[in-house]
Amino acid sequence: MTNSFADYAKAKMIILVGTNITEAHPVASTFVKDAALAGARLIVIDPRRTDMVDFAEMHVPLKVGSDVALINGVMNVLIEENLYDKKYVDSCTEGFEDLKKKVMEYPPERAAEISGIPADAIRELARKMASVKPAMLMYTLGITEHICGVNNVMSCANLQMLLGNVGVECGGVNPQRGQNNVQGACDMGALPNVFPGYQPVANADARAKFAKAWNVKSLPDKPGMMMPTMMKNLTTGKVKGFYVFGENLANTEPDIKHVEHELQSAEFLVCQDIFPTETTRFAHVILPAAAWSENDGTFASSERRVNRVRTASVPPGDAKPNWWIFKELAKRFGHEWASASAQEIWDNEVSVLAPSMAGIKYARLENDGLQWPCPGAEHPGTPTLHKGGKFTRGLGMLKAIDYIPPAEVPDPEYPFVLSTGRRLYHYHTRTQTGRSAGINDLLGEETADISAADAQAKGISDGEKISVKSRRGEVVVKARVTKEIPPGLVWMAFHFREACANWLTNPVYDPVTQTAEYKACAVRIDKLR
Amino acid sequence: MDKKITVTIDGQEVSADPGQTILEAARNQGIYIPTLCHYSRTTNVGACRVCVVEVENARSYVASCCAPITPGMVIRTNTPAIRAAQRMIVELMWSSGDHNCLTCEQNGACELQDLVYRLQIDKPRFPIEHPAYGPDSTNTMITRDLNKCILCGRCVRACNEIQVNEVLDFANRGSYAKVGPAFDADYIDSACVFCGECAQVCPTGAITFKQAKFAGRPWELAKTRTTCAYCGVGCQIDLYTKDNKIVKVMGNREYGQPNEGSLCVKGRFGMDFISHPDRLTKPLIRRRKGEDFQEAAWDEAYAFIAERLAAVKKEYGPDSIAGLSSARCTNEENYLFQKFLRGAIGTNNVDHCARL
Repeated sequence: MTNSFADYAKAKMIILVGTNITEAHPVASTFVKDAALAGARLIVIDPRRTDMVDFAEMHVPLKVGSDVALINGVMNVLIEENLYDKKYVDSCTEGFEDLKKKVMEYPPERAAEISGIPADAIRELARKMASVKPAMLMYTLGITEHICGVNNVMSCANLQMLLGNVGVECGGVNPQRGQNNVQGACDMGALPNVFPGYQPVANADARAKFAKAWNVKSLPDKPGMMMPTMMKNLTTGKVKGFYVFGENLANTEPDIKHVEHELQSAEFLVCQDIFPTETTRFAHVILPAAAWSENDGTFASSERRVNRVRTASVPPGDAKPNWWIFKELAKRFGHEWASASAQEIWDNEVSVLAPSMAGIKYARLENDGLQWPCPGAEHPGTPTLHKGGKFTRGLGMLKAIDYIPPAEVPDPEYPFVLSTGRRLYHYHTRTQTGRSAGINDLLGEETADISAADAQAKGISDGEKISVKSRRGEVVVKARVTKEIPPGLVWMAFHFREACANWLTNPVYDPVTQTAEYKACAVRIDKLR
Repeated sequence: MDKKITVTIDGQEVSADPGQTILEAARNQGIYIPTLCHYSRTTNVGACRVCVVEVENARSYVASCCAPITPGMVIRTNTPAIRAAQRMIVELMWSSGDHNCLTCEQNGACELQDLVYRLQIDKPRFPIEHPAYGPDSTNTMITRDLNKCILCGRCVRACNEIQVNEVLDFANRGSYAKVGPAFDADYIDSACVFCGECAQVCPTGAITFKQAKFAGRPWELAKTRTTCAYCGVGCQIDLYTKDNKIVKVMGNREYGQPNEGSLCVKGRFGMDFISHPDRLTKPLIRRRKGEDFQEAAWDEAYAFIAERLAAVKKEYGPDSIAGLSSARCTNEENYLFQKFLRGAIGTNNVDHCARL
């Protein structure tokens, strides 16, 4: 996030795009609701009528995957009607002429045709957005889980820069992270192209610095494989040894049948986890790890805040903290790592090697944590990035972006769009929430959420088991008939092994980030015979 | 900033900000005024009246949580008359409920009990007549015993103003008044999303956490501040543990960003997994495909992994090894995992599940 959760309740206008915040980030949603009750204006852009629409002045139920077209249409109006922040665009950004040329190809009428939002509503949306300053934009996976995920993100950034909303409190572009430490895993260099603190592996100075700190002769300079490529290469034989640390790929990745074939193909698979999972079935070694409350450390939240995690209980049996396991394993490869606690790892290695975290030390994290960049011992941390419209790269880059449809669109054989995500009561593949008694009472099985119109047309009643089928697989699942869903859409989650959406989803990826298109594939629904 | 206002509280001259209540001005000076219905981040309603004070020239006692200070105000918080009024209020609450501390989960953490003690009340001068409501314990998470409810309305305001779930409200009038979801439903049959905020803010034992019952007295529990293990908001939470088991999870209004003491259903009720019998407790090895897993010692597991990965690396090069890190685990562990792959194996094939 460019901004902070503290901004939410104070915001004057909030634009939610592709985020069902009340279910995926419930506590953050309370602050959005607080803002709305205090008079903030709220716009919800989402194919589904999510709970937050009750608090909104405008719901924009665009067609799944049409975000770029809609936002281009909005920007067309902002430029045509001279509603954009000309001063900000002139002094803080570059690329405006290219952007303008591109969005001129998207008059509201064309955007309407693609997005299903009437041209006048697009004009109204643009005028509303331009009427309040600053406005805060939040998005989640509705933006990223498309083959055009990067384009969607850049469109959000284009819009907010055009409106002059980046670099101010209660503004910005704010992706809310779905997992406790996705931000931190990225920050720590659990990515194929960067060391901790986003220092590129291709940079010789960075390599030299880390090689010296880690006491190795050299480090590899070629960026590694992203996860989908790793998985694919389990079947080609390019990847022989695969180490899966705390993930349940057999349920989380699109097209489960194929994913399981890939895992089955691994010549040597190590899984390190707290529970047996669908993925550990394929392992050669399973290492029992200490869980979250059995270990010290830190998480970095969506707002780049590094918070302490503290030990409250001891691990069962022989389970060991993950850091201990890695340190012992490194020893078997001839590497003696000095750091012998989470604090030593952070204070003596991470914060020394990552300049953006140089000022973050455990001693400063006792209370409410610190938000990076925090380059020095006296630095208070950074609640708002790009302050005053001064971007990390200098000028903010406006990018001309074209709409592309999802890889698989409905056809006569598979006439519905399936979109997927999370529900309030469960988390990922239920390895944790599935073992919490009360939570299972609240939601004990998956449903296929469909519109009343489609249910009626198919003669399906609420709670009836139906078949949902894609080109990858078929599940039998309870129908949930709800006004949240527009006709033509089916919505499911990936929490339950039985009827997991990923038996159906399409393994196609954004070319840059290799994020899968979980949000759009074609399915058919049928009454069981 | 507006100019400060000077008032006199218990004979002390106090300088306070315009708009502050008498309660806020007094607390800033370290002057104690009891409260029950008052709760941060919610509207001051003056429902319970235990915060009454004397204000010179006022017609009657004033609820200090609701009354803003005015210049020159002269306030007395601890006169015999005020203490008598507070005792009367507390005795009325006591006598209208089933406040039997012997079986109450809140014993030792009850604000009504604390107040009875502080105001030195032996027993109420009125007969105890409670409404004899049946308990709501149809769900596995929250128990309600409205016979212990003092109608302070904290739960109603927390539900409507803090969480904005708009599930709880008052129903009925006078001595029939009660709090709850629409149509007097049990929580599990209502629109409740089980954030547990109502139980967290309840000053008595009227709304409690079911799984915490008989799991430890308040003074037996260890409290540990940590960061929630679920979504990416990073809520600060307190784990209450006893005998290596998480008994309950609470928010804490003393903590600031990002959640200011609020939690959601997963953070509140999603922590049983830690002590679940399915936990992996021993390294497991299978030397050939199709074999069953065998329990192994750590040294054996390390040696097996090192031998197999070293063999792969030797024959096919370091880039034939890949590792997937965990966005569920700490920064330090993610750091070491990539250090292991880059430094010890020699590959940049490291990634994690940022994409979902």
